[in-house]
Amino acid sequence: MSACLDIRHLSAVLPNGQRVLRSVSLSVQPGEVRALVGESGAGKTMIGKAVLGVLPKSVRIVEGEMLIEGEDLGRLDAKARRTLIGARTALIPQDPLTALNPSRRIGSQMTDRLVRILGWSGERADTRIRQLLDEVHIRDPERVLKCYPHELSGGMRQRVLIAAAFAAEPRLIVADEPTTALDVTVQKQILRLIAQLQRDHGTAILFVTHDLGVVAKISQRVSVLYAGKVVEEADTADLFADPKHPYTRALMAATPRYTDPLASLKPVDESVLAGLAAEIVAADQAWRASHG
Amino acid sequence: MDEARVARRGLSPRLWLAGGWLLLALLAAIFAPLVAPQDPLAQDLMLERLPPFWLDGAEPGYWLGTDSLGRDLLSRLIFGGRIAFIVAFAAATSACVIGSALGLVAGYFGGWADRIISRIVDVWMAFPPVLFAILLVAVLGTGLSSVILAIAIIDWTRFCRVIRAEAMGQARMDYVESARIAGYGRIGIMLREVLPNVLPSVVALLSLEMGIAVIVEAILSFVNLSISTDDPTWGSIIAEGRLSIHQAWWVLVFPLITLILTVLSFSQFGEALKARFDPVLR
Ligand SMILES: Nc1ncnc2c1ncn2[C@@H]1O[C@H](COP(=O)(O)OP(=O)(O)OP(=O)(O)O)[C@@H](O)[C@H]1O
Ligand SMILES: [Mg+2]
Repeated sequence: MSACLDIRHLSAVLPNGQRVLRSVSLSVQPGEVRALVGESGAGKTMIGKAVLGVLPKSVRIVEGEMLIEGEDLGRLDAKARRTLIGARTALIPQDPLTALNPSRRIGSQMTDRLVRILGWSGERADTRIRQLLDEVHIRDPERVLKCYPHELSGGMRQRVLIAAAFAAEPRLIVADEPTTALDVTVQKQILRLIAQLQRDHGTAILFVTHDLGVVAKISQRVSVLYAGKVVEEADTADLFADPKHPYTRALMAATPRYTDPLASLKPVDESVLAGLAAEIVAADQAWRASHG
Repeated sequence: MDEARVARRGLSPRLWLAGGWLLLALLAAIFAPLVAPQDPLAQDLMLERLPPFWLDGAEPGYWLGTDSLGRDLLSRLIFGGRIAFIVAFAAATSACVIGSALGLVAGYFGGWADRIISRIVDVWMAFPPVLFAILLVAVLGTGLSSVILAIAIIDWTRFCRVIRAEAMGQARMDYVESARIAGYGRIGIMLREVLPNVLPSVVALLSLEMGIAVIVEAILSFVNLSISTDDPTWGSIIAEGRLSIHQAWWVLVFPLITLILTVLSFSQFGEALKARFDPVLR
């Protein structure tokens, strides 16, 4: 059985020639949650956007393949690629306010995609949306469907977006820091909700986060990204039991623990970062040499 | 919160005052032959320069007095409103449709479409608008349709610039990206996701532009470049009033008040409509 998402040696560059993704390889098996963890600017969002076909114009893919359920995105023409991505994937975005159109009611935004893109009947789409709203524990769907986004709280908006993401039964969901914009109490509920729906629907998720605590809670496998390069990948349990790469160890030391929030907290070690920088410079040199 | 919203919807005095004046003026213009007390063109030298009704020497039936040829001022203002409104609606709507469409395309698609459209706008804006209007009418010939055409040709850039900037901001929004991921085409996204968000501004600008069109038409009449001089227009009445300011101030003052009220009402009405259309402000 082919992987739900398979990224092989993906490199992307900015117009000034700087690499933002450095030969990234990463796969998500059907029904599993793969965490993608790394600090700000590591390129996590960039990977998600590359998969979903919405990279900024300035970013150019220079090598590598991306396969969704065995189909190579690079071999499809633009229209077929859009259709494939639209049918098999969905996004749970970081900021639930800007991800909803402020001038359209929740109901029409949610059913629109099912009706217009997937060709469902209005009735079927409506039933489906209500079912999903129930799954994300929205008790008064009537009211919510009639609301404009700004009339809902951040947590409610994120529930709506989760419901929308699962509505068309995608095979793969990219969740880009879906809890970062929410306050702490709501974060936990949302995280539990995503985990719940993921199990019920058997959807594979590429879960982007900078928080190792979240990684431990939600994922089966994890890739650690630094400066656009995967420095370690492992089963989540193994990673926490025995982190191999010095950067992973440093990242763990820098993550607060609930039991003793301050005692164990250390900033990421300078020498580790220096070592990584040298590694990346060497890798870039080798890459430039082989790509002329 | 709901109560506050209802209160604001119900009362908004600005909307009612501005809308009320516009409606009154519009109805009077439409039914001018029925409501005008006198024939606006009828001259009577026995009745020249009658003052408005509250001054000594006023004649009943000539509420706002008469001009130096004895024509009834109120009737002339009512008939002048016809041309003012026709120009306002036709010219502003044309400018709005052309400008908004180009602005939407430039702002949302960006790239070469934006470069071409923006360059045209820059060149257009280099001409001083009133001079441009006078020049255009001189070339197109006087008459109602050339006045409308001239205003539309000059003022579409106003819409284009504002809508382009707004559409550009919209294009960067996450919901546009989500629509892209879901598989919507570019034009579909432009119409379904971007357009509704720029519509409040389009409406406000449209109303403002109607006011501007009224002024431009008045200016053109004032310099004798608008419609044939027989039909009364607000601008031509002002031009005549200016000549007899010392003998009959009302011939200048009343059309000026009418003009200013109408222009102000258009802009205020637009702002109020915008606030109503915008779901976040509403
Ligand atoms: N539109 C863009 N054009 C050029 N470079 C960009 C663009 N967006 C991001 N970058 C650069 O690409 C790199 C990766 O950014 P990315 O947004 O993927 O990081 P991230 O891991 O998602 O970080 P965060 O946790 O802050 O979201 C960064 O160095 C960033 O400066
Ligand atoms: Mg990011």
